[in-house]
Amino acid sequence: MSYSKMEKKSGKERLEHIINVCTDIENKTTDPFTLNVDDIISVVKEYFPHWEQPEELKLDAEALHHLASVIKLQSEWVKQRSSSLYTDPFLLEEKIKKTSKQDMISVFLSAWNPIVEFEQLSLQNIAQSLLYWDTLPPLSGRWKKIDVSETSMGSVSREEMVKERILSNKEFADELTAYWLELKTKTAKKGIDNKIDYWDFIGAETYEETVQNAFLTSFLVTYGYATLEIDRLEETIFILPFNEPRIEALTVQSTSVPIAISFEDWQKWKRGKQV
Amino acid sequence: MSTKRKGAYAGKIKKATQMLFYKHHQRPGVKGWELHKAIGSDYPKVLDVLGDYLKPLDLEVKTVFEEEKTPDKPTIEELDKARFFVALSSVETKDRLMGWRVDDLAGLAITISYIASQKGQASRKDVEKLLSEKIPNWKVNLNLERYIRYGYLMQDDKNQLFLDWRTRAEVDQKKLIELLLSAENKQPNSEHYQETNELPIDEDDTP
Repeated sequence: MSYSKMEKKSGKERLEHIINVCTDIENKTTDPFTLNVDDIISVVKEYFPHWEQPEELKLDAEALHHLASVIKLQSEWVKQRSSSLYTDPFLLEEKIKKTSKQDMISVFLSAWNPIVEFEQLSLQNIAQSLLYWDTLPPLSGRWKKIDVSETSMGSVSREEMVKERILSNKEFADELTAYWLELKTKTAKKGIDNKIDYWDFIGAETYEETVQNAFLTSFLVTYGYATLEIDRLEETIFILPFNEPRIEALTVQSTSVPIAISFEDWQKWKRGKQV
Repeated sequence: MSTKRKGAYAGKIKKATQMLFYKHHQRPGVKGWELHKAIGSDYPKVLDVLGDYLKPLDLEVKTVFEEEKTPDKPTIEELDKARFFVALSSVETKDRLMGWRVDDLAGLAITISYIASQKGQASRKDVEKLLSEKIPNWKVNLNLERYIRYGYLMQDDKNQLFLDWRTRAEVDQKKLIELLLSAENKQPNSEHYQETNELPIDEDDTP
């Protein structure tokens, strides 16, 4: 019995649909048990005798391959459910949300066995290190001199910043005052203890805006409108606005605090904000 | 056991103790094949004896096999591939947070129990969402990176988080989930642990 072109076309479409559904399941966007394996096998069986062309047979093989992957996923699901470790994720998520930090810690301490590890020098270690030091050739002998051209530190004027469109042509003092007010408002709204996370203040929708904000913030600190609170252990930077600008910031010898505003940092901050 | 044999065993126990307690590599602990080479093929017996010595001190020798599942009767080949550690065994000795901040440890507990319940794999986004319920957003990422660095978690290129070697070595996942499910929900008024009662871990330190 020869299969009509129309029937073949319909068969191909059905196989393609099966492949798509299986791919969704493999990508974990669909529950593996939404697929009735017996029904799929009967469809594949129905069309298989009528495939003649290599492309048709390839499509058939592809459908079977994806079906096998789905069966594997179904098997893993059953194994996990039957294992003693299985807990309904929703139930556990609810439990985690409702459990206080202290109770969470108590529970964790009962199941936690931290590894014991010592780091200690012995006299033998020191003796070995001294021996190594004696035999170590000086740096001048080990490192080849690399010809590095010296580059002096550069500076950028406000005009250049305007030209590069980092700063607008607005009066700088006005701009700074407006920005200081913005800092105070944001700190009152989002800050804690009259301080706000540095990135939460300078971070903007675009990287360019973020750089501009960081540039203005540096002037806020330099001109005594605000100060920075840096915790190097926690890797956090907070900015604290002053109620009135402090003139001493300009008169005393201050310390420069380099803060990198890399594109990666900005992306990381933005991702964190979206979450 | 003859005196000579006892002496030989005592020497092997000393050697095993040094290898297990002191740091040799980036990761703590020692591989089975290293013990095999240094002590001999009877190293599992030596570790058993050492375990008996450590028990009264609330310490134990822990084995983490290469495969996630622990074999019932491991062969010497499987033991050679495994990693051995010394760990605290008793709850009584763990009344402090081992230098962790209470927030960070609670975050770790939440992350591990959530991933364990999700067949050992969860998307970073889901974990971040869960953690941000109780930890400030800016700290969630920092903490996750720290857990990865210490070896509690690992992350693949699709931003999926998995439980890593340190979790398998230190945490009884089944017990953790059971205890969590049976824990009574209390309001956070009983301050067992003050927010700042422990020093923060140095960024470069491993726990």
